[in-house]
Amino acid sequence: MAQTAAPLVRAGDTPMLDFERPVVELERKIEELVRVSGGATELHPQIALLGARARELQQKIFAELTPWQKVQLSRHPARPYTLDYIERLVPDFIELHGDRRFADDPAVVGGFGTFAGMPVLVVGHQKGRSTKEKVQRNFGQPKPEGYRKAQRLMELAARTRRPILCLIDTQGAYPGVDAEERGQAEAIATSLEIMAGLPVPIVCAVIGEGGSGGALALGVANRILMLEYATYSVISPEGCASILWRDDGKKAEAAAAMKMTATDLLRLGVVDEVVPEAPGGAHRDHDLSARNLGEALRRHLAELLLMAPEALRNDRYQKFRHMGAFVESGDKAAPTPA
Amino acid sequence: MAWYKREDREDDLSEEKRSVPAGVFTKCPGCRAVLDTDNLNKNHNVCPQCEHHFPLASARRLELILDPGSFVEADATIESVDPLGFRDSKKYGDRLRAARRVSGGADAVRAGSGRIEGTPVEIGVFVFEFMGGSMGSVVGEKVTRIFERALERRAPALVFSASGGARMQEGVLSLMQMAKTSAALGRLREVGLPYISVLLNPTTGGVAASFAMLGDVILAEPKALIAFAGARVIQNTIRQRLPPGFQRAEFLLDHGFLDKIVHRNQTRATLASLLKLLGPRAQS
Ligand SMILES: [Zn+2]
Repeated sequence: MAQTAAPLVRAGDTPMLDFERPVVELERKIEELVRVSGGATELHPQIALLGARARELQQKIFAELTPWQKVQLSRHPARPYTLDYIERLVPDFIELHGDRRFADDPAVVGGFGTFAGMPVLVVGHQKGRSTKEKVQRNFGQPKPEGYRKAQRLMELAARTRRPILCLIDTQGAYPGVDAEERGQAEAIATSLEIMAGLPVPIVCAVIGEGGSGGALALGVANRILMLEYATYSVISPEGCASILWRDDGKKAEAAAAMKMTATDLLRLGVVDEVVPEAPGGAHRDHDLSARNLGEALRRHLAELLLMAPEALRNDRYQKFRHMGAFVESGDKAAPTPA
Repeated sequence: MAWYKREDREDDLSEEKRSVPAGVFTKCPGCRAVLDTDNLNKNHNVCPQCEHHFPLASARRLELILDPGSFVEADATIESVDPLGFRDSKKYGDRLRAARRVSGGADAVRAGSGRIEGTPVEIGVFVFEFMGGSMGSVVGEKVTRIFERALERRAPALVFSASGGARMQEGVLSLMQMAKTSAALGRLREVGLPYISVLLNPTTGGVAASFAMLGDVILAEPKALIAFAGARVIQNTIRQRLPPGFQRAEFLLDHGFLDKIVHRNQTRATLASLLKLLGPRAQS
């Protein structure tokens, strides 16, 4: 999908969204006061007051975020990415590369490491931070070889009976000539079928953007978690707006209409738990956000570890089997939550 | 269906393609010949001059493929609700009503049981006239049930896909149908029952990226557009010209993603042979 970058206000080297600005400016003022006060106690009450005001302001702004603002947060350039979480949660992670067919796709990372005291496979989409890394990782948009690498590693995890954690963060699978030539549709489809049949626990978490089939290809899990300001949708708001409204400018309307925020998906029964982010968004405190995510992953994994391989497969089947909303033969009650 | 109100008639249907050419003459987009519509119909909507495959209505497809009188429709009364209360320039509910009127069906796929030269099959045929064959909860449910019935009855499964992809108006619930259908197919595959996927023009997006590209055997009609991402999206991304024949059935065959391109008039015979060669073996 052609996507416009979030409108950023640049101040120094901290990228920030327009609605973050009042808080960040207040915080700058506090920092400045702290600096000039040089420990002079007469400024302390004023600093404390401003600090409280900043927190209050942030709470107020974040309590009233629109779906489109959450989309912007899910794409925030300072947001923690898969490798940021892995670094904090799986310190002995060994990344494994390549699909053994064509190439290694840097937009998908995968490897084994110790989580909650046991060896696990972690697979996730990976965006780049610097311009160079963004290009190298194709802006986190996988090609077929990325999905085939994930399949290979997941099948290895299944054979060696290791649980699987998937971190979802992509605007979508790459829409390019080479990706089509090498079977993007087949690669995603095969990932869905393979994941559905694996006899090990799978927990996934949408940590940023959950963009369409390219996201779902890492998402056929027993438990689906979502960070507070992550989004998950069938198409990007820009894509939806340009098709249904015939106007890319209607992206905020499309974002609201598609019900793509974490709370929406919890209500629709697609997501099992919403994981709180640091106040002001995950990018404001990578460590705290990683701790929250780690705690939730550990809890869900512990429950799944009690289940036998066949029960895990069944559990996953039934989870997706019940997704959807329809009525049948005169029965007028919708079976899915409103 | 009789319960449509008059005001529905004002809906703009221009974007929904009609599957059957209307009028006495039909211009062929393949060779520009002006064809007698009756002759075209008799040839199953294939241009007798250049073999261009026009769309074929689902009822006529079922007639063409299955043994006469063998089709028993299933799940015909499953209907979409509007789980998100979705509204763009029109309400989803109004789009659904308009699509039902145009297509005469409840949603974008028809499913049931039938026979091909005596071999029982569980079959699905997409209805492209219904909101571009898009997959929402109903399509996902019906396709899933095709695979589940096939498993239960030990019969091969057969799906003719024609779809623009996932149905945006059902949001993430549409997306999840990709996983649901693929999971059901996985169960069928585990017991060794074959699934033949036939790709019609066009098969794209979420349908391509799930059960359509997962056939044990994948057939396609000539020149069918088969893609994950639309050409326009790709062009916006790469800003280059697309290779000739890009994303057409012949291109996919060359790249190893199809087993065979089959002319519409040979589809039934090809399926009959494949089912005999791959279907469950008679107990002796
Ligand atoms: Zn012609």
